[in-house]
Amino acid sequence: MFLALFGRLRAHGVQVSVHEWLTLMSALDRGLVAPNLDSFYYASRAILVKREADFDRFDEVFLSLFRGIETPDSIGENVLEWLDNPKLMQSLTPEQMAALESMDLEALATLFQERLKEQTERHDGGNRWIGTGGTSPFGHGGYHPSGLRIGGSGGGRNAMQIASKRLFQNYRDDVVLDTRQIQVALKRLRRLTRCGRLDELDLDGTIDQTSRNAGDLELVFQAPRKNQVRMVLLMDAGGSMTPHARLVSKLFSAASKTRQWKSFDSYYFHNCVYETVWTDISMQERSSVSTSKILSDATPESILVLVGDAAMHPGELTEQYGSIDYWHRNETPGIEWLQQLRRAFATSAWLNPMPERWWNASSLYLIRRVFPMYPLTLLGLDNAVDHLRGQAS
Amino acid sequence: MTEPVEFERYKGTDDYIASDDLKQAVNMSIALARPLLMKGEPGTGKTMLARSIAQALELPLVEWSVKSTTKAQDGLYIYDTVQRLHDSRFNDRDVSSIEQYIKLGPVGQAFDSATQQVLLIDEVDKADLEFPNDLLAELDQMKFTISETGRQVEATVRPVVIITSNSEKELPDAFLRRCIFHYIAFPEPELMERIVRVHFPKLEDHLLTQAMASFYRIRQVDGLRKRPSTSELLDWLQVLQAAGVDVQRLESDLPFVGALLKNENDKQAVQAGGASSRGQWR
Repeated sequence: MFLALFGRLRAHGVQVSVHEWLTLMSALDRGLVAPNLDSFYYASRAILVKREADFDRFDEVFLSLFRGIETPDSIGENVLEWLDNPKLMQSLTPEQMAALESMDLEALATLFQERLKEQTERHDGGNRWIGTGGTSPFGHGGYHPSGLRIGGSGGGRNAMQIASKRLFQNYRDDVVLDTRQIQVALKRLRRLTRCGRLDELDLDGTIDQTSRNAGDLELVFQAPRKNQVRMVLLMDAGGSMTPHARLVSKLFSAASKTRQWKSFDSYYFHNCVYETVWTDISMQERSSVSTSKILSDATPESILVLVGDAAMHPGELTEQYGSIDYWHRNETPGIEWLQQLRRAFATSAWLNPMPERWWNASSLYLIRRVFPMYPLTLLGLDNAVDHLRGQAS
Repeated sequence: MTEPVEFERYKGTDDYIASDDLKQAVNMSIALARPLLMKGEPGTGKTMLARSIAQALELPLVEWSVKSTTKAQDGLYIYDTVQRLHDSRFNDRDVSSIEQYIKLGPVGQAFDSATQQVLLIDEVDKADLEFPNDLLAELDQMKFTISETGRQVEATVRPVVIITSNSEKELPDAFLRRCIFHYIAFPEPELMERIVRVHFPKLEDHLLTQAMASFYRIRQVDGLRKRPSTSELLDWLQVLQAAGVDVQRLESDLPFVGALLKNENDKQAVQAGGASSRGQWR
């Protein structure tokens, strides 16, 4: 049963390692987990699952494995405690007393649990339900509230209730993207240059100067090393890019979260870059930026990365008024804008989310004559970074 | 089976309400001697937890606030070369003894202590991508060597290690595997009420109910840059209490909203959103 949890978690995409599994086994072995399902749920989740994004998958697997063996352990204890308490018994009506006496402990526990469920649902998990309800035969708890509080805090949900509520559905990473690998690749684009205030001790310089001063200490300071790279990201948001939207947004969030850029700018275009690009994906007038501004803002430290499938009618590149938007009359053909961008930036690359084997449209051929093109995969990104670094040095 | 009494060492403290799953995670982390990684929205009490654990277990707390420029090495020790050079100039001390110029960082202090310590590594995600990896071996084996002197600093009693993260960066898998993980979900109203009661035992019921209603409504406004969290609610209640704001005013207005919302756009969004949905807020 336990090993099935391991297997199913992995099958559901929760990357549990053997290391973590053994940790859980040792926790169980050493008696660190109380023998009830609640404890096991919390313990196994804390040890096996390391991202809140995976909590929902864990809940799913846990439910499917352990449904039907719910143990009323924690509730049973409370019931016993409650039954041991004569003060509360006195407060019950004779009919209720009679009803209770006719029940065995198991039936009582079942009823109690049912009531608890009803109550938590109606009051959204209230932990003081016993004092207010009035509908339940157990509802006179106001005389002795501590005797009936379940679990002490958090509203008394047990593991199966929590798992079945699937509270963590919103945290799934089908939308939250793992960007670490991309960031690691992009990190290699750093170009560290010393600049800014002189506030870092130059140890070698200090020793050197001190020796020259015949042992009279002379401190030498230097500026800290900072990344000088300015990143400009141009992304195609055209219709044919829709299937790749997730991949592109992954790249975008990795690049924008990498705080080390001296500056980071991103713009959207539709199929090809013309005289205007947009800062917002909806490409409304108010977010428009002139391409000439990007050209003039480019510095020797700027890196240009374009992302697009580069698949379009060749006319959109080569002809005046060739733009796909029919109301848009571009005076300069797209390919000329691309060439200008290529010249303005010291280093640039085009990332294509389409697999390389489909790179055969004639528009691709035209664009690849301007920009070096790499597939938007980790390997392609690595190669693109190599290329950008090579040109940079 | 080791004695189970020993296991439940942490039960929360008077001023910190810990949920059952949190207590379980903390106690497992202590018993298994694994770092406890805490995530959750800012202001849900991740840092406070370490203080609460230190208080509950009556252990000293060593805090290490990580910044974007922090290096893993800083946590272990710092070799004060400037002082040594300086001393060599005036012959104040015997400069041939390097040991006296080694200053242990927070991790070093926690390891070196003869008694158990609570070590808080706060906001681990602020630092460089490689930062957690650079600490892996040290946290795993609880020892490191000072290369300048060859001295080995080894923990005789493994410290309780609490690490917090705001998910600004993904943490490396190798690092995650070694941790016990707990995610502080945002408290639901009942738990929140208990938390507030701990801090403001004398607060009027009416005021609290109304303030909580406003608070949870604000949290539901779409597109907030920074949704207010527990710490902001506590600040706000303190202001309301100090200013003696009465309940009627809270029903129609949001006085001192600056304590909840730190961003001008957010304030506008809440005021606009509130007006359309309830017709009462300006």
